[in-house]
Amino acid sequence: MAGGVLAVRPGARSGWGGAATAALLAALILGTLAAVAVYAGGLSGLGPWDWRAVWFTIWQAALSASLSAALAVPVAKALARRDFPGRAVLVTLLGAPFILPVIVAIMGLVSVFGRNGVINGALTALGLPEISIYGWQGVILAHVFFNLPLSVRLILQGWQAIPAERFRLAESLGFAPGDIARHLERPMLRAVLPGVWLAVFLVCLTSFAVALALGGGPKATTVELAIYQAFRFDFDMGRAATLGLVQVGLCLAAMAIASRVTIPSAFGAGMDGAVALRGPGGWRRVGDAAAILLAAGFLLWPMLSVIVAGLPRIAGLEASVWDAAMRSVVMALVSAFAALVLGLVLALAIARGAGRWVEAAGMLPLIASPLVLGTGLYLILRIWVTPQQIALPVTVAINAIMALPFVLRALIPAARAMQDDFGRLAASLDLNGWPLLRYLVLPRLARPLGFAGGLAAALAMGDLGVITLFASDQPTLPLKLYQLMNAYRMGDAAACAVLLMAISFALFWVFDKGGRLRA
Amino acid sequence: MKRLIPVLALLASPAMAQDKPVLTVYAGDYITSEWGPGPKIEEGFEAICACDLKFVTGDVLPRILMEGEGTQADVVFGLNTDVTARARASGLFAPHGQDTSDMSLPVEWTDPIFLPYNWGETAFIYDETRTPNPPKTFAELLDAPDDLKIVIQDPRASISGLALLLWVKAVYGDKAPEAWAKLAPKVLTVTKGWSESYGMFTEGEADMVLSYTTSPAYHIEAEKDLTKKAMIFPEGHYFMAELTAQLKGTDQPELAQKFMDWVLTPDFQSVIPLANWSLPAKLPQDQWPPVMRDLPRPEKTLFYTEDEAEALRQPALDEWLAAFSQ
Repeated sequence: MAGGVLAVRPGARSGWGGAATAALLAALILGTLAAVAVYAGGLSGLGPWDWRAVWFTIWQAALSASLSAALAVPVAKALARRDFPGRAVLVTLLGAPFILPVIVAIMGLVSVFGRNGVINGALTALGLPEISIYGWQGVILAHVFFNLPLSVRLILQGWQAIPAERFRLAESLGFAPGDIARHLERPMLRAVLPGVWLAVFLVCLTSFAVALALGGGPKATTVELAIYQAFRFDFDMGRAATLGLVQVGLCLAAMAIASRVTIPSAFGAGMDGAVALRGPGGWRRVGDAAAILLAAGFLLWPMLSVIVAGLPRIAGLEASVWDAAMRSVVMALVSAFAALVLGLVLALAIARGAGRWVEAAGMLPLIASPLVLGTGLYLILRIWVTPQQIALPVTVAINAIMALPFVLRALIPAARAMQDDFGRLAASLDLNGWPLLRYLVLPRLARPLGFAGGLAAALAMGDLGVITLFASDQPTLPLKLYQLMNAYRMGDAAACAVLLMAISFALFWVFDKGGRLRA
Repeated sequence: MKRLIPVLALLASPAMAQDKPVLTVYAGDYITSEWGPGPKIEEGFEAICACDLKFVTGDVLPRILMEGEGTQADVVFGLNTDVTARARASGLFAPHGQDTSDMSLPVEWTDPIFLPYNWGETAFIYDETRTPNPPKTFAELLDAPDDLKIVIQDPRASISGLALLLWVKAVYGDKAPEAWAKLAPKVLTVTKGWSESYGMFTEGEADMVLSYTTSPAYHIEAEKDLTKKAMIFPEGHYFMAELTAQLKGTDQPELAQKFMDWVLTPDFQSVIPLANWSLPAKLPQDQWPPVMRDLPRPEKTLFYTEDEAEALRQPALDEWLAAFSQ
């Protein structure tokens, strides 16, 4: 795949590598949908409950995305302009909820916000009425918990992408914070926020387990649950395919809207000097501190309570759990590498002005229903091979593809900036192939590559086998967690959850740290 | 598989040579995990069959239906009573050939295709330290104060959730919508699967959980915890069994039949109680582990025939959806 990058002459409009990768993705996502529809003998109509699910899915995703993006701005701003001991560690830690396996995150949220949680305990002690997280508010809370970290990181990257010279210029011109906001920060946000909103919106569109555990009942039914029901309980593949198509349609519509409101910022190139972190004083200092503390409390507390519950029993976990952990780590690393290679090919093509469809194809995996994807792939592949023989490779490949949209979200802005700032220079030097990668692409994109690789590895680690149809006799760690729960071993499951969380986080940290070392 | 075996034999070193026939059994992953009954079943059958029993895990029925005649499975293991209608309609399964007149089931079993190997009944589990005076009847549960919080499973995604739907229908019939309307405010949340619900209950988040009459046995046996109990209602409890069946198109008909013949033997049945935490389908009660024998049992068992259940499923689901969308 990297051949595509190497073969492309910088300055060319786009490379065949990017187009080919995008075409392959689109064929995979739409082809599996078609395979399910063909198997079913066509699409079938939707009932009133399906439409209610579509409506609930849209509005909860829109609200979750808006809240996540809006709350992320003050947090990212505070982190961008303040320096304090432990800042780097905190930035990494705040990324953690996004990579938590859903089941672990729900355990954590319930222990903090649930009926017996800390918050309600405090409210009762103060004689105040209790809050309930069961219902649409719980779904939104969980989605913000998952996606606030992603939003903060993406916006923070936007802040850090503003060249230090611009801030110094602003300082020498005596800009007040309001002027900086108007001339530097708002244009940056206009460029970054729609993409952030879109990413969160799409994540929430395919939400399944969150809505089911905290939704409080069938009012909080998402499209993905309706697909699950169509597959598992009604064996109505036609309806599953129709619902899958509705999801793809929603995704494309959301992407069209987001692209209309995005205005690229144009700060020009800088010398890459470090920005001195000197934020304004006064009430703004207090505000920034409050934003950071609130975000840290909201994001870290639930994780802490999961750790406290499970840590003491980790040493007692059976050897098979550790075997599964090793297997999962290897699979996650391979997935992450594949996702980075694919993502880089696509991001470079997009930065060089590849058609909008290439970007759209790169985002498609986000809304592909895992159930439709897995079933379609199963229907296609079983013509040639026995499914359990390829269970692990297929899982690795699917995980890489599912992580691709996040990889792209992180890489595209940086790749665009690199192309705008250095594209002509690279072309005039006739920089090409490996030297181009070595001296321009990898150093310039190290930070987003590290972040994206960490995300991809951690997401693959926490994934519960996208595809139970390809089930294998070599269980991954998340599957072990479910097996423990199904065997009533809730205490061991809690320990397994801590192990899963620790490994996911370690993978993320190593990649992210590696990327920042180079920058 | 057959064509592969000579190739594999060539590749294998003499010491590794495996010329044993393979019996492929499709089963759910909770069965084949080291904490489920799968490993003991595999060991037990391989001791008598001179074969290699190979579990293939995953979504059993959707997969079988998709694979149709071309399936690799010789036997399926772990189907539930509520999906037999659709499984039967596929025409993929062959009769088990067992005498089911003398089972240890609370219902009569006459199905020639699907053979139950374990069973249980739906029940609400509570913790007596948190709920010292639990409701004694289903009616009392419906009339209990709304701050008594219960977690249940979604009937659209889980078999136990579906069983609750049929349980309420069996007890309340046409009055089921009113029953749901009373129950709904007490339902804290509806989870996708049993394990999420049960986790919320053991964490203390919910007072009660929809589970099985046999659930307390795990706590008593494995944790020496006597505080988790099932509420036994005089209105009756809904019957659930897990089933096995052999495929018509199997390439190992003798082995598949041998497996069917083995399922109801004491050798197999005695594995069930403490590995699957459910009751054996054919084993005299005096051979049950004491913890299972001593569990309180409902006087009345409710069960719909396959056709009744299939006919009731959609209307009952609509009633449930309506009640929970108020």
